[in-house]
Amino acid sequence: MHDIYNFVSGPLVWVSFIIFFGGILYRLISMAVLAKKKDVIVYEYMSLQYGLRSILHWIIPFGTVKWQKNPIFTIVTFTFHICLIFIPIFLFAHIILWKESWDISWWYISDIAADVLTIVVIASCIFFLVRRIVLPDVKYLTSISDYVILGIVAAPFITGFWTYHQWPGFRIMGIIHILSGEIMLAAIPFTRLSHMIFFPFTRGYMGSEFGAVRHAKDW
Amino acid sequence: MAEPAIKNSEQIDKIVDEGIDTGIARLTPEKIEQVINKVLKTETGARLKTYVETCVHCGLCSEACHYYLSHDNDPKFSPAGKVKQTIWEILKKKGKVDPEFIRRISRIASTECNLCRRCAMYCPFGIDVAYLITIVRRICHMLGVTPLYQQDTAHSHSANLNQMWVKEDEYIDTLQWQEEEAQDEIPYLRIPVEKEGAEIFYSVIAPELKFRAQLIYQAAVILNVAGVDFTMPATPGWDNSDLCMFTGDNEMMGRLKKAHFETAMRLKVKRIVMGECGHAFRSVYDVGNRWLAWKMPPIPVIHAVEFYYELIKEGKIKIAKKYEGAVTFQDPCNISRGRGLHEMARYVVNATCEEFIEMHPNREHNYCCCAGGGVINAGPPYKMKRIKGNRIKAEQLFAAKARGAKVVIAPCHNCHGGIEDIIHHYGLDMELYFLGDIIYKIMEKPV
Amino acid sequence: MHNISSWAWEIGKKLIADTGKWKDMFENIEEPYVSPDGEKIAAVVKTGEMEFSVCENDAPWERRFDKVWYLKFGPDNRLTALVSDTGAWTVAVDGDVWENTFDFVWNTKFGTDGKNITVAAQKEMEYFAVTNDIPWETGFSSLSNLTISRDGKRVAGVVPTVDVSEGEIFKFQEGCYSAVVDGKPWDTNFVNVWDMAFSHDSEHVAAEVRTSLYDYTIAVDGVPWDKIYTSVWMPQFSPANGSVTAPVRIAGKWTLARDGNPFWNRSFAQLWHHMYSPDGKKIAAIVAPKFGRWTVAVDGKPWSLTFGDLVTEAVFSPDGNRVACIGKEDGKWTIAVDGKAWGGVYDMVWQPVFSPDSRSVAAKAEKNGRYTIVIDGKPFKDSYKALGDPVFSPDSEKILIKGIEGDADGGKYYRQVLPITDITG
Repeated sequence: MHDIYNFVSGPLVWVSFIIFFGGILYRLISMAVLAKKKDVIVYEYMSLQYGLRSILHWIIPFGTVKWQKNPIFTIVTFTFHICLIFIPIFLFAHIILWKESWDISWWYISDIAADVLTIVVIASCIFFLVRRIVLPDVKYLTSISDYVILGIVAAPFITGFWTYHQWPGFRIMGIIHILSGEIMLAAIPFTRLSHMIFFPFTRGYMGSEFGAVRHAKDW
Repeated sequence: MAEPAIKNSEQIDKIVDEGIDTGIARLTPEKIEQVINKVLKTETGARLKTYVETCVHCGLCSEACHYYLSHDNDPKFSPAGKVKQTIWEILKKKGKVDPEFIRRISRIASTECNLCRRCAMYCPFGIDVAYLITIVRRICHMLGVTPLYQQDTAHSHSANLNQMWVKEDEYIDTLQWQEEEAQDEIPYLRIPVEKEGAEIFYSVIAPELKFRAQLIYQAAVILNVAGVDFTMPATPGWDNSDLCMFTGDNEMMGRLKKAHFETAMRLKVKRIVMGECGHAFRSVYDVGNRWLAWKMPPIPVIHAVEFYYELIKEGKIKIAKKYEGAVTFQDPCNISRGRGLHEMARYVVNATCEEFIEMHPNREHNYCCCAGGGVINAGPPYKMKRIKGNRIKAEQLFAAKARGAKVVIAPCHNCHGGIEDIIHHYGLDMELYFLGDIIYKIMEKPV
Repeated sequence: MHNISSWAWEIGKKLIADTGKWKDMFENIEEPYVSPDGEKIAAVVKTGEMEFSVCENDAPWERRFDKVWYLKFGPDNRLTALVSDTGAWTVAVDGDVWENTFDFVWNTKFGTDGKNITVAAQKEMEYFAVTNDIPWETGFSSLSNLTISRDGKRVAGVVPTVDVSEGEIFKFQEGCYSAVVDGKPWDTNFVNVWDMAFSHDSEHVAAEVRTSLYDYTIAVDGVPWDKIYTSVWMPQFSPANGSVTAPVRIAGKWTLARDGNPFWNRSFAQLWHHMYSPDGKKIAAIVAPKFGRWTVAVDGKPWSLTFGDLVTEAVFSPDGNRVACIGKEDGKWTIAVDGKAWGGVYDMVWQPVFSPDSRSVAAKAEKNGRYTIVIDGKPFKDSYKALGDPVFSPDSEKILIKGIEGDADGGKYYRQVLPITDITG
């Protein structure tokens, strides 16, 4: 078991980070090249000012009509996305690992806060799951892959929570936790989780077309 | 027994459409696969790929769509639902789909989406579903499967460079006829034809020639009273409309826009002012011109709403007495979401009408009329589908009526056609006008 | 152009007509037109209730009509108008009307020497062309794209050759249109036929055609090229060897093809309005080397100067060594010659004109509602209320200015000949 632990917490971390950053770079560059070749108008009409104007509205909770009309969803999705990025970076247990490996550290959140926020993420995932099952329009769009992706995102938090609280089998769960985190990182560039990478571009392009060309709002 | 080719056969439209039916009968799976892959390979790229891969299937776009809302939240009518039934399936099967599938996607693309772009404002990623549906229409066009009436309009465009088979002499004759009619009211009035160097080329769409000649009359009165130096051409190129843009015949779309802009260049005008048409504005403003490599229209195109705004604001048109009935206003997609003219429109409405009652939602968020995007041009077979696909518009109008509105102003031909049918079908008993109708009624005219 | 050397080229200014007085003579006066030689000015005038005529140099034509429109001077300075007398339409030339009458006439066209005048006509729903009062023997259910040969002797157009009704989409797609030359349609039917051109000897006609909804090519005398394209623009005949060239679209880019084979070795985001130098040795075209930037390419090589809004009305110099065009950037218009833009920008400019020796370029330009002539980028000091196109003298040393002086209320039309050095300094 120790070997497995060393493997997932050693070489696999590197692999996952390489896939994550390399993948992002690859996706961005290949898409940019493709756009240059086939969608030259994207470059022609992309406007920094109007692109950012639109992005800004959409990353502010209740900054758009859509966010205002669905307050529960808005609260959940914003909380979820913030926690998703926030927790892994500012978790004490992770910071110790950074410290041990590379001797770097920064501010961290208290364990209680981490617990609460993790529960929030897990609850959010349950919310998304229920939404997929219950709402007919969302259910209609949902495929197996959507559940898999949701599972990939939820897994590191569930297993992390389990491990921290040292529930039965927590050692194995710890390994699964690391592994699931690595899977998630690796999955981001190559699954629909890539919306993390492409959001600024799709939103920015629509914002540019609406703002710079059509003189209208897109929120 | 084998399963039917399409499982949900009850969902398939029973509407008979020779354009689609005959087109389907000529297809083979091989041809379909070849055409689809050719379109995808040669005409799509990063946008399609990004849009498909970025969509997280969240359903947030659903409530943006008037079809979805009007069909009791039927998921098949949600924007992403329509993309699922078309683009996703095409990509998943790599073009290996059967003719019946093409029938279904032709129906969806041509008669269940108005390309109104409202959903782009409800998708957090700004995924352009109208663009995706346009790809579907393009594929259907390349396969020869387009609703008959739409295709016939595209043919008229190709043969006459206008959408209603108007011959060269009929167009000029109509202008002269309207000029004479209007001279009974304003003796000095002219519709100057081929006046090189005029400030403005006033351009219209063919239905104004065929069915709504009074709009040319009214425009002539407004332009003459305001002292505008304008002209109209005596050649094809006068029609600014473009249904080829909506059938997916991009090559013809480009040809039409070239003729229109080159007519303006030949007449040495500084601006093109167009009548109250939404789709035509889209075709000249940010679609057709792009196909021709003009980043923006080479000669600026001013929609009637903006032009009325200028005339009233600059005092060129004076209001004798404001229109007395309470009015509400339909924001056409192609000039609100498409050009941000909604505030100027409100300025004109407030300047010309005693009482203005807003519809809700409004401005960029207004619901489409369900006639635009070429849907009304799919013709009578789809009329009821179109009306039922916009029950939400009837409810929206009814709410405005409940607050006192008796008149709907819709500065767009498609909105007009769509809302007229909605008013009749749902028994709303409201009057429907163009903005030009109102201005003509209430403006100061020389005695 | 008509024999320019016979025009008066003495330096000086001559009052031709006091157009300001016309409004005392007539109820209403439409916009004026001046003859190529500048000796005449004319306008459609209202002479009474539902009664119109043409006023030419202070005197109206004797004839009165219930409608007059499309006033046009031919290259030989004859004045034509389309006129209706009690609903019967015909053509009036210098005040005399053709014998034949029609239900409608439009689209007057002239050969280069002006001798032959052609219009499109409709009578009892039959459509045909009429040249010098002689109609085609055959009529068609429609006629469009009226095109004449250089000498004006031959006339072509596009007509339906198969009876097709609205809504018959599949019949339409089988091909129901063709080109017609002097009343005789080609043997081949096409889905569409559009712009066409005559060869310089007037013997051949080439046209843009669509053979299905998707296949575009060029047909010469009814025979399509064996290559198809996703789109084409108007073809031209080489004056040198009679070959046919046309812009064609391949894989989303435009290039120039000759007789169905690749001709220019590079492609553009757009390429159209190509033209031959007078000797036929060079070809220039308006091109977009990249999306949204416009210029002129000569023999496939684009200028480095580009414009964002548009480039239009390019023209070769008589010696074929120079090209001028109109360019527009950020809403302002100017002239560019051989890849260099004039310094001044204007609210509008007209097609540039080369001097016969190819050394100078003149253009009519508008600024703040007044018009002037600009030569080689230098504007004439005087401005006009209205202005005709400038014409260089045969020796290239003088310029003919046809301008109406005065303000909105009055105006006098002068014909003025100046040494070009008066403008260029």
